[in-house]
Parts: sequence; structure tokens; C-alpha cells
Amino acid sequence: MKLNELTAHEALAAFKAKTTTPKALLETVKNAINRTEKKVNAFAHLDEIPYNSKEDAKAPIPIAIKDNICIKDYPTTCASHILKNFKPLYDATVISKLRESGANFLGHSNMDEFAFGSSTETSHFGPTKNPWNLDCVPGGSSGGSAAAVAANETIWALGSDTGGSIRQPASFCGVVGLKPTYGLVSRYGLIAFASSLDQIGPFTKDVEDCALLLNLIAGHDEYDSTSAKIEIPDYTKSLINDAKGLKIAIPKEYFIEGISPDVKASVDEAIALLKKKGATFTEISMPHTEYAVATYYILATAEASSNLARFDGIQYGLRSLPKEQRKTSLIDLYEETRNQGFGQEAKRRIMLGTYSLSAGYYDAYYLRAQKVRTLIKKDFDDAFKQFDAIITPTSPTTAFKIGEKTSNPLSMYLSDIYTISANLAGIPAVSIPCGFSKDNLPIGLQIMTKPFDEQMLFRTAYSYEQNTDWHKKRVNL
Amino acid sequence: MITKKDVQYIAHLSRIHLAENEAESLTKNLEGILTYIEKLKKLDVADVKPTSHVLPLENVFREDVVRESLSQNDVMNMAVEKNKGSFKVPQVIE
Repeated sequence: MKLNELTAHEALAAFKAKTTTPKALLETVKNAINRTEKKVNAFAHLDEIPYNSKEDAKAPIPIAIKDNICIKDYPTTCASHILKNFKPLYDATVISKLRESGANFLGHSNMDEFAFGSSTETSHFGPTKNPWNLDCVPGGSSGGSAAAVAANETIWALGSDTGGSIRQPASFCGVVGLKPTYGLVSRYGLIAFASSLDQIGPFTKDVEDCALLLNLIAGHDEYDSTSAKIEIPDYTKSLINDAKGLKIAIPKEYFIEGISPDVKASVDEAIALLKKKGATFTEISMPHTEYAVATYYILATAEASSNLARFDGIQYGLRSLPKEQRKTSLIDLYEETRNQGFGQEAKRRIMLGTYSLSAGYYDAYYLRAQKVRTLIKKDFDDAFKQFDAIITPTSPTTAFKIGEKTSNPLSMYLSDIYTISANLAGIPAVSIPCGFSKDNLPIGLQIMTKPFDEQMLFRTAYSYEQNTDWHKKRVNL
Repeated sequence: MITKKDVQYIAHLSRIHLAENEAESLTKNLEGILTYIEKLKKLDVADVKPTSHVLPLENVFREDVVRESLSQNDVMNMAVEKNKGSFKVPQVIE
């Protein structure tokens, strides 16, 4: 196996056995990028960052960082024209932590503009391709991170998840993607989309790496007032291959029409395997599931319209003035900068959010959605009183074709139908590979647990993964 | 339902200048999305408390002491137009 195809834990073992070095690994990964990046377009910016020569480093592993997580002095642009040339003056907390562990940053991975999308097609840098089939999308919005891991252009990566932006691309690209519990990982230095939903999380080739990377980035941070003050366990201790006695719920609302037969068959097989290993399964009802997408698109866009108000052409980023020869006002400057700087989907979401927050519509849209969020959260609270975990497909379909959903925003939004609820409820959720469709596209299994019970999440995921080979498949590009 | 005039008004509230054809396509998009969102009206939420945030957080305070921060020079260097330590913008007051 080539070095760049290794998992991080395999690479760390190889460093220990002195069969390779962190420098050799970095070199191999960079060569892989040179070979395949033209086909995949996983990166928004490839950076020549000086080698991290920290001594006794815990994890001197190359990593790709989503283009919305600040790396000091290197372009961080949310794949948007409005942040062109923006170089942050500080590191995100996850970046400082990774520097401490000896990480080598390869650059910023591609994404939907401001994380608005499910396909990485709205990027100012052009779409990322799915390494398993270059005619298909990698999912989104963290499509670049998922594709970079699947294409072996990095060992692992960070993404962000507001409504499924880690899990759905992980599912489409056949890798592991985790959205941690809201508050487990600091959001300081993550350019905000919807502050009550956003979380940073890992993309890895297997569950063990996922636990390792979460160990490196989790923990309270005084710079993020919503970060939780809790003791962080060693998540690798939860890598237990034992499903005996696990009580798992299957919500019937996640297996409705629209789910592809291949996805359903793979998820059914995964359930059968865990059953054989001693887990018990019960069908339950989560009656508010069907309202999740509508609730999300009100709350997330409302928060986004407020968060994105800061991009105004004054302090940093793009500034644009109207072309007509007349006296320009400050308002003209704002309006033209934002017209030139934002793409179609960003405009759509900012305007939808502004609409639901505007006078006369607030109660009917925003307040009502906040109330429905309470009901959706209660569905989960009730389920976790009786069950250790909930299992569903990550997405109703495998990766779709590039261009297939771009003209119909609503059909794009509906591809997140199974992932959005976890963000609304704030719970942890992981997508792990559980098979391939007839046309050889990866399928993901989603596991959810109660807040701050990542340990149960890892145990359940590991108990499945260790009895399968899906995570060992590598793409040939 | 939402009209092109509404869309231009929201665009102004959002501080985004929209070209005519863009306003037209956005009107169609937003109408579709708003129709979908209507389904929330089926639920009776009269006695439900709103959730703005999932964690049971109280106000987070810290000691009010001066700490190291970004230098004014570094921050101003990112501005498109500046003048003597200020951000330069078009004239606001006549």
C-alpha cells in the first residue's frame, strides 16, 4: 500500500517502527496531490506552509482544512469572491491545537460558498468531483475535505457541519465523517454560517482515526462562549468491538419513499450484521422528522443573514462600486460589493433569512420554526431515554450527477433530509461507509447518540466497521 | 405570494443590489421554498416554548482585564481603503 493511502493510526505505527518518517509521508501526499488534483479539484488553496518541526509531536500527520477555518496568514475565503485575498490575523482554536500536535496543513479544501450547499458546486473555485466517479458531486458543503480524503490527497481533514455538511459528503465519498455534539469543539476561527448549529468535525478513512482526530480538537475554549465545560475522555478507549446489549432505534420516518433501493438494502444489511453481533433493534416513530428541512431553512438562513452582514467591503475582502458615473453613497458601496461578492445561493439564503426576520413575518416564520425545533429535539430526548443509539441512512441516495440539482434549490435542500435533525437537536452523529450501489458509488450509515455521548457513537460505529471491509476500499485515480 | 417588488425590497434590506433578471429568478425560487415551508403551519405550537440554543448555557463572563490583542496596524492593512488609521468610505454627511 502506498504511504498516502495509509490511515493516520497506521502512519503513526510506521513512524514508531521507523519504517517511514513524517517528512516522507508529507512528501508522498504532496506528490499525490500533484498527480490527481487536476481531476478532483479538492482544494481551494494549496499552501506552502513551512514544515511543522515540533519535537515529540503526538500526530505529525498531513491534514486538509475546510476553507472556512482560519489559518493565520494563509488565504481563508469560504470559497467566496467576497473574501478574495482575505488572510486571517489569527488561527482558529482547532488550528492552534493541531499545530501543537505536529500537524502539517496542506491547504484549504474546497466547499460550497459559505457552506451553502450540498454538492460543492457553488464554490467560486469551481466544483469538486467525486473521486469514485468524476461525473458526480462529492456532496457538500465540505465536499473538498471528503474528496481529498477519498482521493488519498490527504490522510485526514477537517470540515464543518451545519445541516449535514460533514456527514453527507462523507457518505457520498465513502469515508468517515463526524459532527460532534454542539459545543464539544470550539468554533473560534470558524467563519460563522448559523451559530446555533455549526460544528467543526473530522473526516477520516476509518473510525479509529476519527476518534484520534476528535481527541486532538475537542475541549473547552474561553474564546467560544458556547463551548461546553466538560471533561474530555480519551475517545480511542471507546473503540470497542462489542455490540452485545446495545439498544438501537430505527425511526420509520427515515425509510420513506424517495430512498434509493440500493441505500435501503445496504442499511438493512448493516442492521442485520449488528443484530447478529448482539444488538437489539426496535422500530420507533419520530413524528416531527418531516418538518426538519423546513425548520432548518428558516433558522439557518435567518442566522446566516445576520452573520453575513459583516461582509460589506469596508474592513477586509472585496470592495465594489457601481459602474454608473454618479456620486456613490455608502449604501451603494454595500449593495454593489455584496452583489458582486456573493454567488446566487448565498444571495438566496441571505434574502430568505432576511425575509423571515423582517417585520410582519417574524412570528409566522422564525418564531414558529424555533418552536418546531423544540418538538424535533423532544423526539430525540424521548428516544434516548430508552435507546443507546439511532441508526438511519446518511442520505436517501448516493452521489448525484454534477449539474443535476443546481436549477432546483429545493431538491438540493431535500438531499439533507436525514442529517438536518441532528444539528437542530445538537446531538452527535457520524456517517460511516456501509456499502456500494450497483454503479459503484459509496453508501453511508448514520449513527446518532445523545449529547456528549461520543463514546457510545464510537463503540457502535467500531462494532460495525470492524466486521466489514468497506473502509479499506481505496480509489484508483 | 411573494412578488418581484417584495424581492427587491428584501434585497435592499439585505444590502444586495439585484439585476432585473436576477430578481425574477429569485422570486420564482423563493416562492417555491416559501410554499414548502408553509407545512410548518400544520402544527399546533401555541403551548410550545421556542428553542434558540440547545445547550443550557447561562451568561458567560470573564474578568475585565486588558489582554494582548491584534495590532491596529495589522487590522488596518486588510482594509481596501484607509486614511490615517481609519477606514475610508464614500461621504456620508453632506
